Amino acid sequence: MTQDQSTLLEVEDLKLYYKTRRGVVRAVDGVTFDIRRNEALVILGESGCGKSSLAKALLRLLPRNIEQFAGQIRLGGVDLMALSDNRFRREVQWVRVSMVMQAAMNAMNPVMKVGEQVAEPLRIHLGWSKERAMQKAAESFKRVGVSTDFLDRYPFELSGGMRQRVVLAMALVTDPELVIMDEPTSALDVLTQASIMNVLKRLKKELGTSFILITHDVATSSEIADRVALMYAGQIVEFSDASEFFHHPAHPYSKLLMASVPRLRQSEPPEYIPGQPPNLLDLPLGCRFADRCPSRFEKCQKDPELFKLNARRRVKCWLHQGGEE
Amino acid sequence: MRRWIESLKELCRYPSAVAGLSLILFLIGLSIYTVITIPYSEALDKWRGGSQWQMNPINAGPVWLDRITGGNKPETLLIRSATSPKERVPFEGGYQQRSILEFDFYYDDFPSELNLFLTTKNSSRETFIQLSWITPSGAKFLLGNQRIGENERVSISQNRALESRLGLVPHIGLFAEKDEISGKAVVSKGRHQLVVDAILFGEQAELNADLAVYGRVHGFAGTDHQRRDLMLALLWGTPVALAFGLLAAVGTTVTTLIIAAAGVWFGGWIDAVIQRLTEVNMILPMLPILVMVGTLYSTSIWLMLGVVIALGIFSAGIKMYRAMLLPIRESPYIEAARAYGASNTRIIMRYMIPRILPVLIPTFVTLIPSFVFLEASLAVLGLGDPVLPTWGKVLNDAQTQSALYNGFYYWVVSPAILLMVTGLGFAMLGFALDRVFNPRLRAQ
Repeated sequence: MTQDQSTLLEVEDLKLYYKTRRGVVRAVDGVTFDIRRNEALVILGESGCGKSSLAKALLRLLPRNIEQFAGQIRLGGVDLMALSDNRFRREVQWVRVSMVMQAAMNAMNPVMKVGEQVAEPLRIHLGWSKERAMQKAAESFKRVGVSTDFLDRYPFELSGGMRQRVVLAMALVTDPELVIMDEPTSALDVLTQASIMNVLKRLKKELGTSFILITHDVATSSEIADRVALMYAGQIVEFSDASEFFHHPAHPYSKLLMASVPRLRQSEPPEYIPGQPPNLLDLPLGCRFADRCPSRFEKCQKDPELFKLNARRRVKCWLHQGGEE
Repeated sequence: MRRWIESLKELCRYPSAVAGLSLILFLIGLSIYTVITIPYSEALDKWRGGSQWQMNPINAGPVWLDRITGGNKPETLLIRSATSPKERVPFEGGYQQRSILEFDFYYDDFPSELNLFLTTKNSSRETFIQLSWITPSGAKFLLGNQRIGENERVSISQNRALESRLGLVPHIGLFAEKDEISGKAVVSKGRHQLVVDAILFGEQAELNADLAVYGRVHGFAGTDHQRRDLMLALLWGTPVALAFGLLAAVGTTVTTLIIAAAGVWFGGWIDAVIQRLTEVNMILPMLPILVMVGTLYSTSIWLMLGVVIALGIFSAGIKMYRAMLLPIRESPYIEAARAYGASNTRIIMRYMIPRILPVLIPTFVTLIPSFVFLEASLAVLGLGDPVLPTWGKVLNDAQTQSALYNGFYYWVVSPAILLMVTGLGFAMLGFALDRVFNPRLRAQ
């Protein structure tokens, strides 16, 4: 399909802070990345590092307790931050950028037939008639490999993998340019995970859609990833091509993370990273990983910037201050 | 549709549901029959009372009740001169007419009243009549003579002269004979005759005489103190009660539900205002407010319905629905709906409310009779609709006429039974529905 290599989404210094009783939580703290058309970006990170907040910020699904929401988001050259809520809802949400929610197993209205639900975005956003929307929903079902017999079922009548596909069908029904998936396979068995990953790969090839896949599952994500962004404590610490990242991680955290992924027929126990990620309420002034970093030195007391390793590789670590590897 | 039939089948496994449903269907059928056979305006007109009931006895019990208890009380007999033998003797300027109104009386009790309705037409002067009564034993009593106008009611029961002659009120005295053994007055059975001798002036003059021998039992439901057939009120009470109960239940439940859902969804000050209003409203006593509105403003049933719904909007139900909706608000599918841009209204109406409807339906069904009872209570308190016949109004009339003291049990019991049947039907269905929708309540 389209082999257009232009940049689709550019995010620059995105900040999303929450207000809580105990202080300000800096869930997303100055995130910068970009994604091209027909590219799959995997955002990796441990629990609580701000991955889901980032996804919500991109779709402007903000909770009430917002302290700060700032930065630049440009989708195909359009400045999304400048759009009013209403225009954003009409022109971007689900029409250009759609989302597969975390816990997709529960992301469906239990009292609505799944077909109707998949058709909902079309009816809400594009004002399509029920018949037309249902037809499109059936197409979308076929696309993700679910029989159209299931259109008239209720969510509880579907298995977990089936539900996941239906949620994916719902995200794809409006033909968006970008689909954000928040932990799409976290609650599924490996076989189902594999089959969903295959569906995603096929869709990427057939439709030319870009994907942002948010996960903590390094192994599964390597299946589809073109690009990888690794998040730590609300920031992206490494952003590079997938093959480079998986084979030659640059940031100390990336190295430790890759080493902690268990492998088949591995004799020694997988490594782990000592310590806990910092509290997002009370972040250290310098490098946020410094406390757990085996190769820390004096400079780590100051916050490193993103150093450019090559054209599309950035690492936030003083070790790479020189730039090229 | 298929799901409805399946739910119905599921429901039919509960005997109480079947019983409740049949009671409700019976009441609905009765309502439809009533509304079709007795139009609303006709019902209002009849319930206002007046001469249209003049052929009915006062405070007569139901016929079937008397018959199944082995009684043989008289029903009302109406003897019309048009179908009775007549003799005419003409004279210059008029004629003399003798009509004999005769009837067989084989009941075990005395009539409750005797009235003669006389109408004259085309008469040049006032007609002169003379009335005499011949009992089965052949005794003849002169009831008196008088001039009559065009429309005259001669109340034989109130003929004081006759009463003093007979020693008993005429409608008993004329029908009594002394029992040889006990010495008491018993009904003399056989053919009675009322002879109406009239002198009419004018060749074309006509006299019509109708004798009403009022019974002590009447129809299926009996009559009240204004001769009105209670059947009318019992029949018309059904659609009124059902409509009131249903509208009030729907009105309060739907508004309460939507308000609770809106409060939960929007949160913040909207929720706070709703909660405070509910708390204030919860401690306001409903009945005294209704009594106040009824006393000071109007007792129209539709106004009462409006006030009941208005007071029911911010009722305790909001607290319950809120508790049920709060976790639903946080469910992932609501967030998903928000992500694909579902509007607030859509989320409230299509995503939140349908989730708690199953729990709501049984409550809703059991709520209907409570409003039916409320309407009846208001009527019993004298705040019933002044023109509409309802069960509560019948009870109110019965109370003001000391029905129980006078032994007119049917007057109190029949509307009470209908009220109980209504409550029972909805309660039985509601409890069964509760078991269908809340499987945890099912017997192990």
